[in-house]
Amino acid sequence: MKRIKFFFISYFIIILFPIKSYGLIEVDITRGNLNPLPLAVSPLSIDEKSKKSFEKILNKQNIGDEISLIVENNLRTSGLFNPLNKDAFLQAPDIANLKPRFEDWNLIKAQALITGKVNFIDEKLRVEFRLWDVLAGKEMMALAFTTVPNNWRRVGHIISDKVYERLTGEKGYFDTRIIYVSEEGPKTKRIKKLAIMDQDGANNKFLTLGNELVLTPRFNPTSQMVTYLSYFRNLPRVYLLDIETGMQEVVGDFPGMTFAPRFSPDGKKIIMSFAKDGNSEIYTMDLENRIVEKITNHPSIDTSPSYSPDGKYISFNSDRSGYQQIYVMNSDGSNVKRISFGSGIYGTPVWSPRGDLIAFTKLHKGKFYIGVMRTDGKGERLLTENFYQEAPSWSPNGRVLIFYRETKTDAAGKGFSAKLWSIDLTGYNERMVRTPTDGSDPSWSSLLSN
Amino acid sequence: MKLNIILKNVFLVVLACFVLSACATKKVTTGQMQGDVYTGTDTVEYLASGVPDRVFFATNESVLTTASRETLRKQAAWLRKNSDVTIVLEGHADERGTREYNLALGERRANAAKDYLMTYGISSDRISVLSYGKERPVDSGSNPLAWSKNRRSVTVKAN
Repeated sequence: MKRIKFFFISYFIIILFPIKSYGLIEVDITRGNLNPLPLAVSPLSIDEKSKKSFEKILNKQNIGDEISLIVENNLRTSGLFNPLNKDAFLQAPDIANLKPRFEDWNLIKAQALITGKVNFIDEKLRVEFRLWDVLAGKEMMALAFTTVPNNWRRVGHIISDKVYERLTGEKGYFDTRIIYVSEEGPKTKRIKKLAIMDQDGANNKFLTLGNELVLTPRFNPTSQMVTYLSYFRNLPRVYLLDIETGMQEVVGDFPGMTFAPRFSPDGKKIIMSFAKDGNSEIYTMDLENRIVEKITNHPSIDTSPSYSPDGKYISFNSDRSGYQQIYVMNSDGSNVKRISFGSGIYGTPVWSPRGDLIAFTKLHKGKFYIGVMRTDGKGERLLTENFYQEAPSWSPNGRVLIFYRETKTDAAGKGFSAKLWSIDLTGYNERMVRTPTDGSDPSWSSLLSN
Repeated sequence: MKLNIILKNVFLVVLACFVLSACATKKVTTGQMQGDVYTGTDTVEYLASGVPDRVFFATNESVLTTASRETLRKQAAWLRKNSDVTIVLEGHADERGTREYNLALGERRANAAKDYLMTYGISSDRISVLSYGKERPVDSGSNPLAWSKNRRSVTVKAN
């Protein structure tokens, strides 16, 4: 188990002009955005001395360019912004950061402009950036960050989050990580490992060696712990892993299989299923005093539990009606209500971080769908259809879902693959999330810098 | 012209060889289904002569079919004769269901087999149950026949 360090970034605001709302640009993220906002990400300027220092430490030729590339890539991937081609930029990065010639940026149809500067100060990386409204000719935001040089990618993500937040009015999701199951080998003998990476696919690390089957990792609210299912010694049990220390322990050591774990929103409990004698029920375990509570009591399969963000309710799927459907109950197990009534079968309910929606997997007439419904089951909306896909996980701002998709094999049983995909809540902006190996069971972390 | 005919004959002979060898190496599929329950023997292994190691299920079901009960009675008879043998019942599901539900379904299928073996006098001490859900298919195909082979409970000798 490799030790992974979280570096915390200290950042402070250097200049903050009072933000007034006279006609400044805004991006509406509640509808599918077919006209992403054109914006220019000017490379961050850097002096020769700083450039040389970072080249030595980070082995990157121009760290200013690299950071701006991260910002550009994040904003493009969001589907809300259209970063313009740098070849068309007329103004040099250092001058643009002092005072942009708005006519020049207007000419290439940029509506917003990001400029900035990188310095090497006291062995540290200092980055300042500014966001400009080109049409209004105004500075919208200016921030500076100081951190250890190795954190340069995270600086790019934090800048992206700040820009996203300033322009959309909602928190971003770029300074985040994804934990997932890496898959390799033939379909009949898949080798699975826990893996973690930045949201954009960088810094991929494997957390287990692949000696035993592992499934369904999920972050705790602070994203420092992970709960997952491991077949260690051929005993499928729920485990807890501290990402920082690499310590792991079995938490669901019941006389049978424990599976489908998730944290409670306060991080103090793990909710999971326990299967015994052909019956799966939902239990919680308090991580501090190890007190176990049985939540459901029904001879059917009750699994895939997920808490509402306020901790008051639990959604889960059960086949008590004959087929797998989604139910909601109070967190003590009382007042069980079925909420999915559409045609087909429904599973893997996951409550959105905003609390108003439940994302799910649906199987209908041989096709799998990822969709969302309100917590009373009304307003069902299917976002994507495919041969096989399941297990949605929400971005921390509740705007994007990540899930996995498997391909249909050919007549000879060849051509199997499993990949991570993401899609906006609007149903637009469907993208494959690149991973070094095949991947499944993604779980999105919270914002790391908050 | 003559050469042409010879070539044609050679071609036909070569083609025939090809077809024959293909037939000889490729196992003829004996697989068949009743409803959507697999009734073939393609993937079946034997605990002893005449004692198949696995039973198959309908989609989403854990009910034992007549054929499954017959197989399990043979297993029970064999287990009674070999009283030192302990077993693991490995329950599986096909790929057309969500991962967590399928883990539960595999467990339910293996327990259906366990319950039946117990009614034929096999002590629960000799039986453990392990669900793999959809994690270990025997057939990597994405078609109804492949799925029917994967919906199974397999009796594996544990010692």
